[in-house]
Amino acid sequence: MNLITSRYFPWVFLVAVAVLPLMFASDYKLFQFTMVVVYAIAVLGLNLLTGYNGQVSLGNGAFYAIGAYVTAIMMDKWDIPYWATIPFSAVICAGVGFLIGLPALRLGGMYLALTTFALAVATPQLLKYKLFDDYTGGVQGIVINKPDAPFGLPLNPDQWLYLFALTVGAILFILATNLVRGRIGRAMRAIRDQPLAAEAMGIDIAMFKTRTFALSAMFTGIAGSLGAITIQFVAPDAFGVPLSLTFFVGMVVGGGASIGGAIMGALFIQFIPNIADEISKAAPGAVYGLILIAFMFLLPGGLASLIRILKRKPA
Amino acid sequence: MDGFIHQIVSGIASGGIYASVALALVMIYQATHHVNFAQGEMAMFSTYIALTLIQAGVPYWAAFCITVPVSFVIGALIQRVVMEPLAKAPVLASVGVFIGLLLTFNSVAGWIFTYTLKPFPSPFGEGKPLFGGFVSRHELGSTAVTLVVLLSIWAFFRFTKLGLAMRAAAYNPVSSRLVGVPVNKMLALGWGLAASIGAIAGMMVAPVIFLDPNMMAGVLLYAFAGALLGGITNPLGAVVGGFIVGIIENLGGAYVVGTELKLTTALFIIVVVLTVKPAGLFGKTLVSRV
Repeated sequence: MNLITSRYFPWVFLVAVAVLPLMFASDYKLFQFTMVVVYAIAVLGLNLLTGYNGQVSLGNGAFYAIGAYVTAIMMDKWDIPYWATIPFSAVICAGVGFLIGLPALRLGGMYLALTTFALAVATPQLLKYKLFDDYTGGVQGIVINKPDAPFGLPLNPDQWLYLFALTVGAILFILATNLVRGRIGRAMRAIRDQPLAAEAMGIDIAMFKTRTFALSAMFTGIAGSLGAITIQFVAPDAFGVPLSLTFFVGMVVGGGASIGGAIMGALFIQFIPNIADEISKAAPGAVYGLILIAFMFLLPGGLASLIRILKRKPA
Repeated sequence: MDGFIHQIVSGIASGGIYASVALALVMIYQATHHVNFAQGEMAMFSTYIALTLIQAGVPYWAAFCITVPVSFVIGALIQRVVMEPLAKAPVLASVGVFIGLLLTFNSVAGWIFTYTLKPFPSPFGEGKPLFGGFVSRHELGSTAVTLVVLLSIWAFFRFTKLGLAMRAAAYNPVSSRLVGVPVNKMLALGWGLAASIGAIAGMMVAPVIFLDPNMMAGVLLYAFAGALLGGITNPLGAVVGGFIVGIIENLGGAYVVGTELKLTTALFIIVVVLTVKPAGLFGKTLVSRV
């Protein structure tokens, strides 16, 4: 079979493109691309929950915050190596996600959006709370160190970090792709489109919904961990409503229920605000807002659907 | 004891503001089953319009009387231009548009008026607290204004033909259309009214919490909590819920959780109401036929 027409070609191409910055980009550009990977994982997490399962969450920033703080606290207080914190943050976030998924079962559509929005508003306050001060560092946050490349690899810390994030991201993307292609993915979509029919077919809606919540929280939490290591700093005010809305924007722009859309969404939320920022400090918000509305009207399936439409047209 | 009474009184004063915003939310919810996430930002924007007028030398009450109709027009326009085409769209699309509106209003306000905190004048004067020092002039005045607004909205829906038509359009759009009620116009009217109520609430709360583009996030959350507590299907319930949330917020902030966790109180109320009694205290339990 020809390489170009193979169904693995997009992924081979993607990996090739993804490795390119390692060789050519400056340290700052590399940092930006590392953040793209981080955002892509977070947007993918939200996409599993909202795009595939139809549970609209505006509060995934809370899971990102938990992941970031788990990593920061473990590195700062107990000197645990950065890579070893990621499984912990995945497990903790999945647990929290599962618990939040339980009341979410009783909330349909708009109410869930509202409650998770409230969660996003409350997150910075909870992180600042005095009782946890000893661990979270309160308003000051926690500063952590950038890891060096192991095994004497000839990479500087930025290059290593990018490669590390990329590897974690690739594993998670493969996991998610296989998941949504299989039985579980079909069940998730069935619950989104026709809950009644899904239940009649023997799908345990409560079980799938809470576990999707846990899964989404796990992805987002891992993104949070990677984000904390990349930025080398966590502080409560970074994890407010804007962060959650950023993920939401990324998901809508990239395209709901699309794995590749998560990458496009991440590129969008990393680079478009930078460009808009040059016009005015307030411009990124306006760009987000207007683009959200425009996408809802013109391209509800996001950029991913645009590619699908272009493909379908005869050349 | 004095402190306790004082907390209750300021709870009622802020509760009145939450009640107004809750009422605005319920009006749109009843008609469209959408929760307008942008309600707070629209109110904030209106408050900036009022401030601009006042700074240009317009007397307070004149600025007030200009801001309310302007907000009405903005609200009605948003319904006609943005919301109406999406009336039948899935939840994700409406949430997306509401969030889009929220972000747009927030950043446009930041763009035009900057993000610095601005004091907003109170029309009720600074003078000494009244009634033995329990009530500040602004608390009394803003509560009075809130009550007048709530009463006139109630009277409008109860006694006028237009109010009846709006209720009909919200309750049963199909039948209303059949008997000649212009349902879409009624929806636009509802959005306009909601925006006007929000504008008044914004102007009443701004002297207390200062004006900045993010000022309404907390207010909106408390209003959500109030609307849910009272029952989002019941306007009177939402108003009562708003007042209750105002009192809970003040007492909780003073005696239980401290001011740092005030917003978390709102989250807590929302989660408890939605899980324990989703219909709220006075709302109808929704039964959907399958």
